[in-house]
Amino acid sequence: MNPQLDNDIPVVQFLNEAGEYAPSPAAERFAATIEALSLEELQQFYRSMVEIREIDNQATRLQRQGQLALWPPSLGQEAAQVGSIHAARKQDHVFPSYREHAIVRERGVDIMNVIRQMRGLTHGGWDPASGDGGITNIYTLVLGSQTLHATGYAMGVKFDGKTGTGNPERDEAVMVYYGDGSSSQGDVHEAMVFAASYQAPVVFFMQNNHWAISVPVSTQSPVPIIGRAPGYGIEGIRADGNDVLASYAVAKYALDQARSGAGPKAVEAITYRMGAHTTSDDPTKYRTSEEEQSWAQRDPIQRMRNYLQSRGVSEEFFTQVETDAAEIADEIRIRTTELGELAAEAMFTSVYSEPHPLVAAEKQWLADYEASLEGSE
Amino acid sequence: MSESATNAATVKTMPLVRAINAGLRQAMIDNDKVLLMGEDIGDLGGVFRATEGLKAEFGPERVLDTPLAESGIVGTAIGLAMAGYRPVCEIQFDGFVYPAFDQITSQLAKLTNRYEGTMSFPVVIRIPYGGHIGAVEHHQESPEAYFAHTSGLRVVSPSTANDAYWMMQEAIASNDPVIFFEPKSKYWHKGEVDLAASSIDLHASRVIRSGSDVTLVGHGAMVHVLLEAAALAQSEGISCEVIDVRSLSPIDYDPIVNSARRTGRVVVAQEAPSHVSVGSEIAATITERAFYNLEAPVLRVSGFNVPFPPAKLEGLYLPDADRILEAVDRAMAY
Repeated sequence: MNPQLDNDIPVVQFLNEAGEYAPSPAAERFAATIEALSLEELQQFYRSMVEIREIDNQATRLQRQGQLALWPPSLGQEAAQVGSIHAARKQDHVFPSYREHAIVRERGVDIMNVIRQMRGLTHGGWDPASGDGGITNIYTLVLGSQTLHATGYAMGVKFDGKTGTGNPERDEAVMVYYGDGSSSQGDVHEAMVFAASYQAPVVFFMQNNHWAISVPVSTQSPVPIIGRAPGYGIEGIRADGNDVLASYAVAKYALDQARSGAGPKAVEAITYRMGAHTTSDDPTKYRTSEEEQSWAQRDPIQRMRNYLQSRGVSEEFFTQVETDAAEIADEIRIRTTELGELAAEAMFTSVYSEPHPLVAAEKQWLADYEASLEGSE
Repeated sequence: MSESATNAATVKTMPLVRAINAGLRQAMIDNDKVLLMGEDIGDLGGVFRATEGLKAEFGPERVLDTPLAESGIVGTAIGLAMAGYRPVCEIQFDGFVYPAFDQITSQLAKLTNRYEGTMSFPVVIRIPYGGHIGAVEHHQESPEAYFAHTSGLRVVSPSTANDAYWMMQEAIASNDPVIFFEPKSKYWHKGEVDLAASSIDLHASRVIRSGSDVTLVGHGAMVHVLLEAAALAQSEGISCEVIDVRSLSPIDYDPIVNSARRTGRVVVAQEAPSHVSVGSEIAATITERAFYNLEAPVLRVSGFNVPFPPAKLEGLYLPDADRILEAVDRAMAY
């Protein structure tokens, strides 16, 4: 049984699997949002998706070459991420999980910070305020934890009066990303309880990529997970996460509703984790190549390419995008090999915001110990 | 803002829980980003009345009655801290903290380090703890060790009303996460609170009774038991020095070690069970630093290594003055 085929909860889709513009009934009310997009914006969607896929593939290769300890691929989820993040405004605060490489990049955070994390040089990697696209939180590895942080942040936005004033150019909203597997975690439930209780301006954006490592989404729930949202008093919308236009339209609606004071919203973006859970995983052990092939037919990038071609976009554009993406990926490779080492002192830095005698004493001890080893050579 | 009056007017006698209330109130007056959150803390004023009157004074957006979910309380407090607030969470009882354990140890404790100095997380988590209130299961625990063991957290416990008043404000002013353990059996114990000024650092330990034969070390409600034991020992000719540890992470060892070097004999007491406890850490450190001055091994008096029993047995479980004196006699016998 595949709960994701349940049609009781309609799916917003603008581009069908062939890339033809064919809005589903559920998509009609968002059509104006899509019609307002310029051809340049549509081309940028495509470019962003191609570039992050090339970076993502490069990172997987770098791990195989021993340059990275680990890489969790975003392969196949480009449309869900690129579309939704394009709907976020600069004043919005975004909380990713740990697979949202397109989110990070589109918000203007240097993707090398994620590379550094996967190489073992940092647990964080960037100042959330450093992205010129708006505040973008660092990755959270404990599943679902970030949904509570995002909800608390949204509560703070509301208490500050920075939302619901009727000015969408300034009113703030929060978007938090998590997966179908994480949706089973208690923290996600508690986050929705708090969000609804305080009517916090937070959008719960769940990428249902069908797999939590080796566990299929049907184990997380026998019915569509988005069906839980109304139970909390939260409006839920389902989108084809492999359709970048649907992902954009639904995220925009949810964020603009939240920032207008309409309370929290939930989105389920139906997509597929085309790659392994991480480079340490072996999907051949738990899923079929037939299934993977069927999802390859729904590839988000090919779909958008087909649509752009139908809009008369030239082959030169597609060739240029590929060339540029290859160059970007190569730059990632070079910069990765040039990454330096981590100094021992880093272990003792920022454990606390204020001086702590035990940390200071041990930092000194290690320095003296290391120095004594050098002296004895 | 501060009290402007003569010295006499700035010293008030009040129960420890009212000192906590006054400390919270002053912190909320001093900084409008201080926000209280927890179950029943608003209209009810908290099951122990620690937050009584604060919602009426500061409003529902600064004193939040939260949904019933401890992980949610701490997790949203983290988000509020990211948004520039200084949240003070109440966990209703010690035994209820465990659902929040992951948010406290995997998140709050590690966030300053994870963000590499770009953000701080000034969250205070208040936890009424300890026994002697005749309560049912999960309401009389001593979980300090789990949090003292977790780097990134500061852990403190006042034993007096004055310390409760000042340590609360200092904990809220700290830019680090602070777990604030309140000795609930002493909530209605009265003490003098100097409203004018604090005389001691948040993390300092303090000699509260001078003596020459044995050093008694403890925190929270146990400090009062140590004083009782010291008075009884005095009548038997044994002079005890009593030290209130006050901070469990970091621990201010200098006064403790100096005392150990002078007396040569130390008894560490705690309500918590002994195995892998704060008392064990203190004993090991004193032994390392004062070894050549010790006349006896550092002894521990602790709760038994069993789940906290039904209330009818709490008097037997919790170390009392007699159990402290038994250890004092053993130390003196070396």
